[in-house]
Amino acid sequence: MPQERLAPEQSVTVKLPAVLVDLFPGSERVVCVEATTVGEMIDALDRRWPGMADRIRDSRPAVRKHINIFVEGARSSLSTPLRAGSTVFVITAISGG
Amino acid sequence: MAKVLVLLGTKKGAFILQADENRSNWRLSGPHCDTWPIQHVIGDEETGVIYGGGGNEWFGPAVWRSEDTGSSWRHSSQGLAYPEGKDPVKSVWSLARGQDALYAGVEPAGLFKSTDDGQTWEHIDGLQNHPTRERWMPGGAGLILHSLLIDRKDESAIWVGISAAGVFHSSDGGKSWDARNRGTRADFLPEDQRYPEFGQCVHSLVMAGDGSGRLYQQNHCGMYRSDDGGLKWESIEDGLPSSFGFPAASHPRDGETLYLIPLNGDSAGRYMPDGKAAVWRTRDGGQSWQDLRAGLPQDNVFFNVLRQAMATDRMDPAGVYFGTASGALYASADEGDSWTLIAEHLPSILSVETMVVND
Repeated sequence: MPQERLAPEQSVTVKLPAVLVDLFPGSERVVCVEATTVGEMIDALDRRWPGMADRIRDSRPAVRKHINIFVEGARSSLSTPLRAGSTVFVITAISGG
Repeated sequence: MAKVLVLLGTKKGAFILQADENRSNWRLSGPHCDTWPIQHVIGDEETGVIYGGGGNEWFGPAVWRSEDTGSSWRHSSQGLAYPEGKDPVKSVWSLARGQDALYAGVEPAGLFKSTDDGQTWEHIDGLQNHPTRERWMPGGAGLILHSLLIDRKDESAIWVGISAAGVFHSSDGGKSWDARNRGTRADFLPEDQRYPEFGQCVHSLVMAGDGSGRLYQQNHCGMYRSDDGGLKWESIEDGLPSSFGFPAASHPRDGETLYLIPLNGDSAGRYMPDGKAAVWRTRDGGQSWQDLRAGLPQDNVFFNVLRQAMATDRMDPAGVYFGTASGALYASADEGDSWTLIAEHLPSILSVETMVVND
């Protein structure tokens, strides 16, 4: 996979859940992307692994109801800003039966 | 030699059973589709491709596709979305293959079309623009488009069954729709409003296999036949143990033969009448009914069978299959005369379809 061009001032680390990575062969649990918001981060993931944005973000658009994205310890939305060097956790919520 | 495949959508993945044309030794594979809830699995007998439609609570809706009988799958939902600001598509509920396109019915009720074999999808927005749309009420499972019939001779003719909006027909490929519910009851409405234009709770809509265009439906409130494409419906429930059930399956060639699984009633537990399992068959278009019990359990049976969970195959004699919400699959290789349990302990079975291919 081609790597995102890293601009250190905009680079964030994203940690993805295993069940999401399983859907996209070749994808990785930990990935660095350039993004200034959560929405941009999802777009960057989708450029690497087409279709991944649909799994995280719905058409309203919003983060899917049972997906949580944590930035600096707080649940975030698509517009949440990202600071350089942030670690972002994409987590599947408790769900199902 | 023909190979018969039974395709199961379940609450936790798709499953595939395979047997030769004798249909006696079945081999099970699964769970497929990463254990996503898969509402409907269909096969294209011309290409052998299998499609699974569903939706995952975390990751949303998608259509899965396998070219190798389930050994490998890929999924896509590109374009399978309503416009921004609308309630998102939650799950795919029904799939149908036309000559030129693949169609998907979804929750909340709507229709999508793919002309590249499921890689990308286009919203056919006629249902959203229907003048009655804002007054459609969801059924117990949601506002779901669970029945989807494409006229393979004229792909612009489409029938859908939506819970609980009723049956709708399009003669222009989905751009515009007419409600086709005349003669079907809505017992859950006030007494003077029980035959509305729309709002009936259709559970299953199937087309007769003889090419006549006859339609049958199992409704929340009765069983019906239509010989004019759904313009008017005639009750065929006399002789059945209740007017309530979920699935219907038509014979692959004989338009007079239909299979139903009446349950004991919508407010009585929704299981097998008297705790004894039976499939009911008509050979005369619904004028009379025969209960088929040979090989089915007859003691303390409290399972139900959901709206898409019965199917026939196109062998001769035809096979009939139904899956229970408690994860058992029963099969008949003699048009329903006798039955065998061919799988059990599966997740809740949501749908059953068949595909016959040459080995």
